[in-house]
Amino acid sequence: MIRRLFERLTAGIDGPLFAIVGCVLALGLATLYSAAYQAPGRVSAQALNVLLALALMWVAARVPPHAFMRYALPAFVLVLLMLVGVALFGDVRNGARRWLPLGVGSVQPSELMKIAMPLMLARYFHRHEASLGFREYAVAMALLAVPTVMIARQPDLGTALLVAAAGFYVIFLAGLSWKFIAGGSAAALASLPILWGVLHDYQRRRFLTLLDPSSDPLGAGYHIIQSTIAVGSGGVTGKGWLAGTQTHLEFIPERATDFVFAVYSEEFGLIGNTLLLALYLALIMRGLMVAASAPTVFTRLLAGSITLTFFTYVVVNMGMVSGLLPVVGVPLPFISYGGTSLVTLFLGIGILMSIQRNRALVQI
Amino acid sequence: MRLAEIRDTQRELHYFQLRLGVAGMIVVVAFAILFARFFYLQVIQHQYYDTKAEDNRISIVPLQPNRGLIVDRNGAVLARNYSAYTLELTLSKIADLEGTVDALAALVDIQPKDRRRFQRLREESKGLDNLPIRSRLTDEEVAKLAVNRYRFPGVDIKGRLFRQYPLGEVASHVVGYISRIDDHDIERIEEMDQSANYKGTDHTGKTGLEQSYERELHGTTGFEQVETDAAGRIVRGPAVRTLAPRTAPLPGNNLVLTLDIGLQEAVERAFGENRGALVAIEPATGGILAFVSKPGYDPNLFIDGIDPASWDALNNSPDRPLNNRALTGLYPPGSTFKPYMALAALELGARTPTQLIFDPGYFVLGSNRFRDFKAGGHGYVDMVKSIVLSCDTYYYMLANDLGIDNIARFMGEFGFGARTGIDVEGEAAGVLPSPEWKMKRFKTPEQQRWYAGETISIGIGQGYNAYTPLQLALAVATLANDGVMYRPHFVDYVENPKTGERSYVEPRAVKTIPLKGRNLEVIKLAMAGVNKEGTSAGSFAGASYTSAGKTGTAQVVALKQTEKYVESNVTESLRDHALFIAFAPVESPKIALAVLVENAGFGARAAAPIARKALDYYLLGKRADKPAQAARARGEDR
Repeated sequence: MIRRLFERLTAGIDGPLFAIVGCVLALGLATLYSAAYQAPGRVSAQALNVLLALALMWVAARVPPHAFMRYALPAFVLVLLMLVGVALFGDVRNGARRWLPLGVGSVQPSELMKIAMPLMLARYFHRHEASLGFREYAVAMALLAVPTVMIARQPDLGTALLVAAAGFYVIFLAGLSWKFIAGGSAAALASLPILWGVLHDYQRRRFLTLLDPSSDPLGAGYHIIQSTIAVGSGGVTGKGWLAGTQTHLEFIPERATDFVFAVYSEEFGLIGNTLLLALYLALIMRGLMVAASAPTVFTRLLAGSITLTFFTYVVVNMGMVSGLLPVVGVPLPFISYGGTSLVTLFLGIGILMSIQRNRALVQI
Repeated sequence: MRLAEIRDTQRELHYFQLRLGVAGMIVVVAFAILFARFFYLQVIQHQYYDTKAEDNRISIVPLQPNRGLIVDRNGAVLARNYSAYTLELTLSKIADLEGTVDALAALVDIQPKDRRRFQRLREESKGLDNLPIRSRLTDEEVAKLAVNRYRFPGVDIKGRLFRQYPLGEVASHVVGYISRIDDHDIERIEEMDQSANYKGTDHTGKTGLEQSYERELHGTTGFEQVETDAAGRIVRGPAVRTLAPRTAPLPGNNLVLTLDIGLQEAVERAFGENRGALVAIEPATGGILAFVSKPGYDPNLFIDGIDPASWDALNNSPDRPLNNRALTGLYPPGSTFKPYMALAALELGARTPTQLIFDPGYFVLGSNRFRDFKAGGHGYVDMVKSIVLSCDTYYYMLANDLGIDNIARFMGEFGFGARTGIDVEGEAAGVLPSPEWKMKRFKTPEQQRWYAGETISIGIGQGYNAYTPLQLALAVATLANDGVMYRPHFVDYVENPKTGERSYVEPRAVKTIPLKGRNLEVIKLAMAGVNKEGTSAGSFAGASYTSAGKTGTAQVVALKQTEKYVESNVTESLRDHALFIAFAPVESPKIALAVLVENAGFGARAAAPIARKALDYYLLGKRADKPAQAARARGEDR
């Protein structure tokens, strides 16, 4: 009886995915406990966020993929309208207009776009499967470009990057010709000077600082310098849980959110880093397996994109913290503090589980 | 049709999986790069970043040593320390300085004077970030500030040791003062390779003994490692790693002087409102007993930066209170030069003691006539009488007979015109005139030429002669000590306050001038005669000890030989300086001194009474409290 109930409840849950994410979550909460030493309330708040996100994942895992496809277009349009709303009436926090007040609370529509974008594009390619040509790719590019630019202008470079990546992965997996990719890369490189002109001052400074952090050790370079010190001083074995000096003496800025990896890396060292990289790699490989065995164009593209977006999160965040990439606001998946990003991530996991569960049910 | 579609789907799936494979490769490569980066940071560069993290976390806090005390020969404290709280501002952490100071003024008493002083400190110490705005906070003020501290980032209350000179003006030129370290001091400290030792120190000796014995007084700075957070606050959180043990500071050594502060005070009082200097030396050791330069100043004003009003008052005063007259003031010795001239005559065989010289009241050299101060002259004068009555003509003739080279050589032996090597900085050398000196001093051949008439003026201590009161005192001490010259020094011994270990400044005989005993006898006898029946007999009437002296009057402006000097005709600053040299008791001198009173006229009248009070105090332990009686010398002054 109980066993039956358990089976019913876990019916949609993919074992490997859940196990991997569970491990990362555990590491994340432990790290957060250390990072938020001065504010222990954060750990319980994050635990609550996790429960909420798990519930959402559970629901999403039980929703059949075709339902996602059905609501892809309305969802995309709704989120796009919300983005317009943000641009018009959004709250300004920390100098950026990212939040849309909704009476009870406020949401970050750009965050929802991380899911809405691959949904929309996967649906689009699914519909035009038979006649994929230049026109289709151009339309997809346009669908990708509009929200990306809107988010970048909030400004929220990190989220814009993730949204663009999510969309691009769909287009790439849909079979965008290599010639076009090569040409596009060349064009992108050529347009760098133009992009430079569009960037905000602080964004430009971040890039310059990456090249030479010591040029501004107390300003923009401070984050990179201190997080690199944290990582490097961790050594092979790390300084031990709750024993990171960079962390506990508050040298690491944003140590519960975007720079949480510095905390992890300082306390758990190269061994911990390798473990975390392995977990993420396993997560991504499992996701790619789900995509590979997905039955429809929509599910394939969606699963592939969501998985590769996780990869983007990891690489951009770890690269930033270890001083390889410029500082952009990308959280470390399942570890960084913050409810919104957790919800988006678990929604993605839920969708992957749904696709995995329904791989044989809807055959052509 | 259906088959083709399926084949198409198959092909598409294959193509998709190829793309997935490419993506998977990219993922693996990217993770490999990340791993390589971690390996680089955490293994290859680990040492470097670990040091960085330690540097971040560990601050080395210097522990300032207590500065040594300065006490006189009897243990009276001249410089000490007391602890008090100061209110310090860290400029880099304060955005609105004016506003912060205004807000602080609402809590504690901050006078416009304090603000001006702070302003001055800021201008003078460009490199320093941490400056005091108020010192010596009361307990109540400390409490008020502590409660409101959160409102004032960059404002700190610091418990510190302060220097204090309890006697104020007394012996201010000897003790000197400490003040905040400036750029010049930093250079000096770096040259001495003492930078590390001055990490926690923000004061250093600027003048006097505080300056010259800085190394002894300062002590050795200790160090303590503390863990600080990113905001620079010291934390006592979960000790992550053990810190190096604390190195305690070693306090500076105490200076015990040969100075007798009672004597010093008595002399300073005896000067009254007069400007001048007195140096008293123990002939047998060279130990300085009193070292007066009047007027003095309150050295306490300088410690934490002097306020502009006080500074202007001191710096612009026509009395020049900041000048150390005893050490750097240059004066012609006047007739106090005569005993040495007479001794030179005896030693060089130019005169015998009993040889009589006729003084018609003048001496003629070529077309120049050198007048004696006594119109009509002293008649027949022997050597003793020439000193007792301070006959000029006797020395005009003697100078002419000896010649400038002999005079310069002999006077050089007594230390005239040479630094004495006393243990404070800034001593002036003075001028012992000679043809060689003139060659060096002047440029044109016309100026460089030595005129015979110049030798004559030098014979009575005028002309180019210019010596410090210290040199005059050292010369008379050497004379009193039968030609054995000891290096003058202030410090008797340096004492380690912890172990009580003393290192004495051994009396060092600089030289022994070969002088014949009987010649010395004649000069001492003559000088004793000066105090008994000569120009200063009035000042020494009734003294219960024997003493030897010589009055002197130094011209500030050279008079034409046809002019008569009338004191009341001359503005004060151009009036003659009064001088007196003395030692006592005659048989076994315990003290030798030189007094100079600026623009006070005849030496017998202004300088000798001060010498009497000094000798009385030192030899009899009697404080001469009565104001100086105008002691008129019998007969003529000089």
